[in-house]
Amino acid sequence: MSQNIKLNLLEFEKPLYELEQKLEEMRALSHEDTGSDLSKTLQALEERVDELRESIYKNLTRWQRVQIARHPDRPYTLDHIDALTEGFVELHGDRLFGEDPAIVGGFGTFKGSRYGGKDQTVLILGHQKGRDTKTRKFRRFGMPNPEGYRKALRLMKMAARFDIPVITLLDTTGAFPGLEAEERGQAEAIARNLFEMARLPVPIVVVIIGEGASGGALGIGVGDRILMLENAWYSVISPESCSSILWRSWDYKEEAARALKLTAPDLIPFGIVDQIIAEPIGGAHRDPETTFEAVGRAIVENLTPLLSVPTQELLDNRLAKFDAMGTFSEV
Amino acid sequence: MSWFKRTSAGIKTQRGQQNDVPEGQWVKCQGCSETITRRELERQLLVCPRCQYHFKMSPTGYFNLLFDGDYEVFDDNIISADPLQFTDQKPYKDRLEATRKKTGLQDAAKAAVGLVGGYPISVSAMDFTFIGGSMGSVVGEIVARSIKRAYENKIPALVITQSGGARMMEGALSLMQMAKTSAHLTRLSEAGLPFFVLLTNPTTGGVTASFAMLGDIHLAEPGALIGFAGPRVIRETMGQDLPDGFQTSEFLLQKGYIDRIVDRRNLKDELAHLLALLLSK
Ligand SMILES: [Zn+2]
Repeated sequence: MSQNIKLNLLEFEKPLYELEQKLEEMRALSHEDTGSDLSKTLQALEERVDELRESIYKNLTRWQRVQIARHPDRPYTLDHIDALTEGFVELHGDRLFGEDPAIVGGFGTFKGSRYGGKDQTVLILGHQKGRDTKTRKFRRFGMPNPEGYRKALRLMKMAARFDIPVITLLDTTGAFPGLEAEERGQAEAIARNLFEMARLPVPIVVVIIGEGASGGALGIGVGDRILMLENAWYSVISPESCSSILWRSWDYKEEAARALKLTAPDLIPFGIVDQIIAEPIGGAHRDPETTFEAVGRAIVENLTPLLSVPTQELLDNRLAKFDAMGTFSEV
Repeated sequence: MSWFKRTSAGIKTQRGQQNDVPEGQWVKCQGCSETITRRELERQLLVCPRCQYHFKMSPTGYFNLLFDGDYEVFDDNIISADPLQFTDQKPYKDRLEATRKKTGLQDAAKAAVGLVGGYPISVSAMDFTFIGGSMGSVVGEIVARSIKRAYENKIPALVITQSGGARMMEGALSLMQMAKTSAHLTRLSEAGLPFFVLLTNPTTGGVTASFAMLGDIHLAEPGALIGFAGPRVIRETMGQDLPDGFQTSEFLLQKGYIDRIVDRRNLKDELAHLLALLLSK
């Protein structure tokens, strides 16, 4: 386990990791020797570890957050679904061409009672990444083909027919830029979802759980409330691609991340994100249970009031919400 | 029609510059390399008489071509506020200012209302010369208002697309313009008002993945590049060359995403005919 953590260590976490290692060694020593000098040193070291942890994680740069959002141990959509629901039944296929494992979705009971609300049948769906070479390939790195978006739409329309609210989880570096995806209308599939989600007559709560890049993320991201995990990112393009286009080099991803203002705190003032869901210190992967708890509570808090809003009002509010997005001057 | 009364009050737009055509009396065709006189090219609505290559046309060019006579221009006073204070190799603010000066445009879209074949229609058109026709808050707002104007006046809408996609320099705000414009289209659709799209060269990225693919009827100019991901990115993903004609209007017609390919010289007649068919029941 500790080896696994070391393997997946982010560059900026290394000094902390080294200090934590030192602390552990000291602790082992202190068991052998109960001298008061050592316990004082131990206490000082503990304080230094806490300080360093604070100083690293309370001052994360945008690029560092992008790295946390991509951490290979970060909880993915199915992990959230597993924690938040009971009796989840995954449904497959778009009924038009095929099945796309890069988006998963189905019905289940959202365990709202655990998070201060009520249990509730929901449609829950999201982008799904893989964890090892084989599953990453199978999930196409969480980059959907048109079938993924069309499956999502089929399920959302079914949910609407049965008056079941929708929760979507966003975690993708974009729609798959493949030849077949273009042939089968990647653009149309995404556009259709934007259109249909804008008028879906049931509440939609969107949670950006990891990466949210471009139309590939937005394709399941239109809703009444947009929530975002503290270290997730959401923008029109990934920092790397932005760097390659605007700087004509892959080396300016940090600058691009800064320029794109892609973190949750950046997006709140623009009304693009309604609420930030706090992550445990060090990121969601350090303590998935606490993360799920926070996500569950945020969903209860945001979904509950929506359930009693009359449909037309819900849709008018949704249109007004997106209509207000945009910042410009009139001269 | 309240807007039309305003039009008759005498707002007449002058013939705007038609872009994409280099200065000079003679023009070399980018399609067949033949030399054409500028006057002949303009008489042909910027279509090469030999190879049918469609030079890019500006929004004003399309307005003059499509509308029966006078038309009213809207929202030409909206400019970017540089919401992210974005800087790459140079500040976005400077880039905007330089582009405004160079092109005489405020941003990459214009909107107007006028008659086509006697039918009032709300039209917005994009302009590739302004930062690649990219869609940020301004373009999104102009297109959204143009759709809203159609809805409120109970008239059809047309968007003429010419864009590299969402504008990077406005980050997630650009992305949200896709949702915003698409959301406005739901009301138009539910009101039973036709929405037309004319896709021109090029239409890619977030513009294709929103209103450009949501028309009741999709018209495209011949030979236009239309797609979601750019050809370079797809080539890198696939690790192979792309087939000839991939992501052209003709390709999309064959794949079922375009209704008709229309030569610009027939565009007005075709649109007027469709309006008559759909509206004079
Ligand atoms: Zn030619």
